[in-house]
Amino acid sequence: MEEKLSFEYAPAPESRALVTIKPKYGHFIGGKFVAGSKHFPTINPATEEVLSQISLAGKADVDAAVKAARKAYTTTWSKMSGKERGKYLFRIARIMQERSREFAVLETLDNGKPIRESRDVDVPLAAAHFFYHAGWADKLEYAGLGTTPKAHGVAGQIIPWNFPLLMLAWKVAPALAAGNTVLLKPAETTSLTALLFAEVCQQAELPAGVVNIVTGDGSTGALIVNHPGIDKIAFTGSTEVGKIIARAVAPTNKSVTLELGGKAANIIFEDAAIDESIEGIVNGIFFNQGHVCCAGSRLILQESIADEVIEKLKNRMAKIRVGDPMDKNTDLGAINSKEQLLKIRELSAAGDSEGAQRWSAPCDLPGKGFWFAPTIFTGVTQAHRIAREEIFGPVLSVLTFRTPQEAVDKANNTPFGLSAGIWSEKGSKVLWASQQLRAGVIWANTFNKFDPTSPFGGYKESGWGREGGRHGLSAYLKGVSHE
Amino acid sequence: MSNRIDVKKTYKLFINGAFPRTESGRTYEVKNAKGVFIANPCLASRKDLKEAVVAARAAQPGWNKATAYNKGQILYRLAEMLEGRRAQFVEEIVTVTGVSKAKAEKEVTDSVDRLVWYAGWTDKIPSLSGALNPVAGPYYNFTIPESMGVIAAIAPETPSLLGLIDSIAPIIVGGNTVVVLASTKAPLSAMSFAEVIATSDVPAGVINILTGKKDEITPWMASHMDIDGLDISGLGAKKHVDVKTSGTENLKRIYSFKSADPGRILAFMENKTVWHPIGL
Repeated sequence: MEEKLSFEYAPAPESRALVTIKPKYGHFIGGKFVAGSKHFPTINPATEEVLSQISLAGKADVDAAVKAARKAYTTTWSKMSGKERGKYLFRIARIMQERSREFAVLETLDNGKPIRESRDVDVPLAAAHFFYHAGWADKLEYAGLGTTPKAHGVAGQIIPWNFPLLMLAWKVAPALAAGNTVLLKPAETTSLTALLFAEVCQQAELPAGVVNIVTGDGSTGALIVNHPGIDKIAFTGSTEVGKIIARAVAPTNKSVTLELGGKAANIIFEDAAIDESIEGIVNGIFFNQGHVCCAGSRLILQESIADEVIEKLKNRMAKIRVGDPMDKNTDLGAINSKEQLLKIRELSAAGDSEGAQRWSAPCDLPGKGFWFAPTIFTGVTQAHRIAREEIFGPVLSVLTFRTPQEAVDKANNTPFGLSAGIWSEKGSKVLWASQQLRAGVIWANTFNKFDPTSPFGGYKESGWGREGGRHGLSAYLKGVSHE
Repeated sequence: MSNRIDVKKTYKLFINGAFPRTESGRTYEVKNAKGVFIANPCLASRKDLKEAVVAARAAQPGWNKATAYNKGQILYRLAEMLEGRRAQFVEEIVTVTGVSKAKAEKEVTDSVDRLVWYAGWTDKIPSLSGALNPVAGPYYNFTIPESMGVIAAIAPETPSLLGLIDSIAPIIVGGNTVVVLASTKAPLSAMSFAEVIATSDVPAGVINILTGKKDEITPWMASHMDIDGLDISGLGAKKHVDVKTSGTENLKRIYSFKSADPGRILAFMENKTVWHPIGL
């Protein structure tokens, strides 16, 4: 029955001429780039080409950065009016827009995500976050978060590798708008766009020390978390590391926000618009190679439509273009690191051994770099590891249900609670399910949508606090509702 | 003086709408300020806590589903019932703590008024704290505060009644159910308040009250994997670190409060954001 349609695409590579990558980078402390002592390579995960040498910050670097942030806070930033602070943020937003293509290319080279996504999602949203929060800087007293909202002081921010620049924007923009100064550490595999952002801060003439960026691995992160000179910790990453941070900070007065893991259910009811749902499923799990904490990684299908949906889904998955992230036609890029690829393989192997049925889209994977074909597992039960653990890759687990109550029970049967999807053409059912699902973000008849005005964050073990919107601001203000 | 012998009350726990004794069979002596014996309340055990959490978890969806209007009326009903039994509460506070009658009366008055205040919040919190978010695209996007689940609370030693009200009411206003540990030295008000709860149409399991030792029960609460949040306002600051550390096992939301304000209600609510496309 299936028609054999085949479109040949000519390569449409984005040029990398726009970016200049230095052979070696230091840290950005007190408004200046300072040389690091130890270095490690950062590679293009699509080719394994070494892009540059990144500095590994040690205690002295972190101390210097905290000192610079504190000095900027006490002498400059905390004394500046919100109106003036906001103007710096507007400048940053504008410069990011001006240099958006450069950011997109650099992000794709360092992270492995398709240029289509870095160009159309990551970078524009990052600029939008600065533009949105810029406008808050002189309106904090109207945010409903207390009549005299005050900054914490110095914020230590640790971000992941899946949306390097966007996560930087989610952290830095609200922190600065609320009047904090920051020390940010990008993920060890994706430091380059943060270092380019440091140049943006210079071009915007942001006062020295308001934004400090140190690069490094988990050891650098631990130095930040445990530093006595930091008032506020914001972390995005795994639930495992989030718990370690929560324990480390428990004896201190540091305020903490955590955006952690997820295992989102994407529920398709039998009265859903099937073709739209297929697009939603694909976007839910294969966007950004599935390196998304809110990815719709558990597909929960009503039994009556399961066969039809799975057939159409496989058909659609076979058309996902996997390969060179710099090609504008690419849908699915490279896995960010060898370590992550091994984790995806290990969990997928557990899916096989625990009795689920694996199907991967037929596609040619490049010889070099880290790749994983879009994959679904059917016949998954709630006890399977692939239904419980975050895979953080292009792997979808399919479960089925008979009644709406069973769907939400299965969806909620997880310690995570970050996001969930609902597909149905019946309004009352959509609203009912959105009430029942224990998750911080509910996408109904859509998935993986983000906006600076829209609070994002999890229930249960998916974290503490929200980012974005009026609610996200409270994370960077002291004594808002509770200490 | 009458020769009549008083009929004294056995103070028990309040779990799932019933008044069981502690399964452990343990009690402790409560004496007044002058050292005179008053009562033998229960020394709640870990299993009592477990039973209370099971009851609270079972009751939570139903309580959460009740309309804000209904929740508000039930909270108001608590105030009505407490108002009607003022004399008993005044007497118990005076007997146990030795404060003046005037001071005890003020505490009871404040407790009734505080309940009335909380009752009015049930149908206002979402409109004050929620938001319609103007996203850059054809989507209807809103954020609303929702219940967090089962919350445990350590009530302060004093004031034993007003402190208990502040430990219970903001949590249930948000659609949560609660397991509260009453004042150890002055638990009588709490156990009598359970009688108020039992006659106020509060569904069984929504409010559960234990009496016992903070040092025993608090670590069990902190490490319990089916408790979502913990109000440690009644716990000395020195104990906060251990509780917060232990609570990270399931990333409990742990807070302490100094006053009654809407933030106290919102602390144990989760913000949920819902997206839906707009189009033909």
